Amino acid sequence: MHEAELIILGAGPAGMAAAARAAGFGLSVLLLDEQPRPGGQIWREVGRAGPLRGDLLGRDYTDGARHVDRLDHPGISHLGGASVWQVDPAGEVAFTRNGAAQVARGRRILLANGALERPMPLPGWTLPGVMTAGAAQILLKASGIVAERAVLVGAGPLIYLVAAQMVRAGTPPLALVETQTLGDVLRAARHLPRALAGMGYLLKGLGLLRELRRAGVARFTGATSIAIEGTGRAEAVTFTTGNGPQRIACDTVLLHHGVVPNTQASRSMDLPHEWDDAQRSFRPVVDAWGRSAEPCVFIAGDGAGIAGAKAATLTGQLSALAIAHDLGALPEADRDLAARPLRAKLALETAARPFLDRAYPPCAQALAPADETIICRCEEVTAGTIRHQAALGCLGPNQTKSFCRAGMGPCQGRYCGLTVTELLSACHGRPQQATGAYRIRAPLKPVTLGELANLAES
Amino acid sequence: MKPAFRDLAPDGPRVILRIDGHDMAMRDGANLAAEMLAAGIMPFRQTPVSGAPRGPFCMMGACFDCLVEIEGTTRQACLMEVTAGLDITLPKGRRDA
Repeated sequence: MHEAELIILGAGPAGMAAAARAAGFGLSVLLLDEQPRPGGQIWREVGRAGPLRGDLLGRDYTDGARHVDRLDHPGISHLGGASVWQVDPAGEVAFTRNGAAQVARGRRILLANGALERPMPLPGWTLPGVMTAGAAQILLKASGIVAERAVLVGAGPLIYLVAAQMVRAGTPPLALVETQTLGDVLRAARHLPRALAGMGYLLKGLGLLRELRRAGVARFTGATSIAIEGTGRAEAVTFTTGNGPQRIACDTVLLHHGVVPNTQASRSMDLPHEWDDAQRSFRPVVDAWGRSAEPCVFIAGDGAGIAGAKAATLTGQLSALAIAHDLGALPEADRDLAARPLRAKLALETAARPFLDRAYPPCAQALAPADETIICRCEEVTAGTIRHQAALGCLGPNQTKSFCRAGMGPCQGRYCGLTVTELLSACHGRPQQATGAYRIRAPLKPVTLGELANLAES
Repeated sequence: MKPAFRDLAPDGPRVILRIDGHDMAMRDGANLAAEMLAAGIMPFRQTPVSGAPRGPFCMMGACFDCLVEIEGTTRQACLMEVTAGLDITLPKGRRDA
């Protein structure tokens, strides 16, 4: 049995910043993460990436190293390779590490689970060779491996970043097939005045686009009717633009149309979630300190609403302040004083978000996939099956799950949950909030019977 | 065919592991799914539902599409590190009960 005053789930930007801040107030912190080394997805393997990868990936990546360094504190115990499979709001966390199930007990829990790629069900998206753009970036960060003959498909700043990193690695993508239109960018323009406070992000984006233009990477925008072709593996992307139908032969297709909060752990505790229309996703309800409806459970970083890595380091610290105050390590006045600069920085960090959300809306075709498109990758259930179940009277995702197994496979609905909610919401003309989401139950990650049996004995 | 992924720095000590009975040399301690991609292994498995071929999708432990069998237990290759002597079987569709 591990014991700590604060247990943090996730060693990404929010979790690492919260751990360092809380330990600074004298709290004992147990930091659990599925990856062997800290960094999360955004700073994955930053501790051992080396100068070559650092140059390709840029300063926003290498900056993560100083957050990793701060974990070297006597109050912080970091356990890598720990797959958390149950979280109890009273403070008990069960996880598997090195093939052994273990339990940790804490007085406060901070969920810093980050984001998942928004599911992008398109024809052919289950073929080998189709990955998320985030996956390509992880391969580059963690392993120094880059996809050759790749096409990036979708919308959002991450596509430009991944493409630019591939250019720097000497392997430019064959093309960017983007789904946003000029109209989206124009409609987003009314959010520009506010976005100017977050000028740094806009300038970075323009810099990436310049880099891609100089490298001669082809860009198509306003793409519709996208499909991935191939027998046994991805062989080409087809789509339509204003200039008619297009086909690009390739080996790898990288999908991205935004990221969404990873709510598996917060859902498993039955915490209230709300639909965020601007980000087309659910997020857990938390107060300005990240405290959830369960007073001992906090949520920080992208898992509480997408705002990016820098914002996550700030919301992680805000939660750490509130937790330190809860546990008697920080007087209220000091907590509020310390929060002030964090909140000011957070306002700047999130200023460009409304503009970006509207300039790069989710791909319409993937929000309402054609009937024959697979939407549940695990159980191979199509959009048409969900619509059929809706016609038979299924109102919510838990009903379709019982009738057609969508969401019942090993990923537990991580990559179909939002799609099923959107499909049912559209079929019945009911809001997504009323349509609801999958009920998530432990174990959140596979655990063997042997591991469970050993836990009972120990 | 040529692997779809290029290794930017293919140096470092390698160890031998087995995949479907074939010995392969991979970088010690590296991410298993990444090393398999760099070695040109694709698909990783066939699904138990329809037998459709699959490979890694998310590389962050969420999608479960990179499942492989290691000494009798189904594991996510993207959450594993290469160690000497791993004995890996690529899942071939429906397991007969």
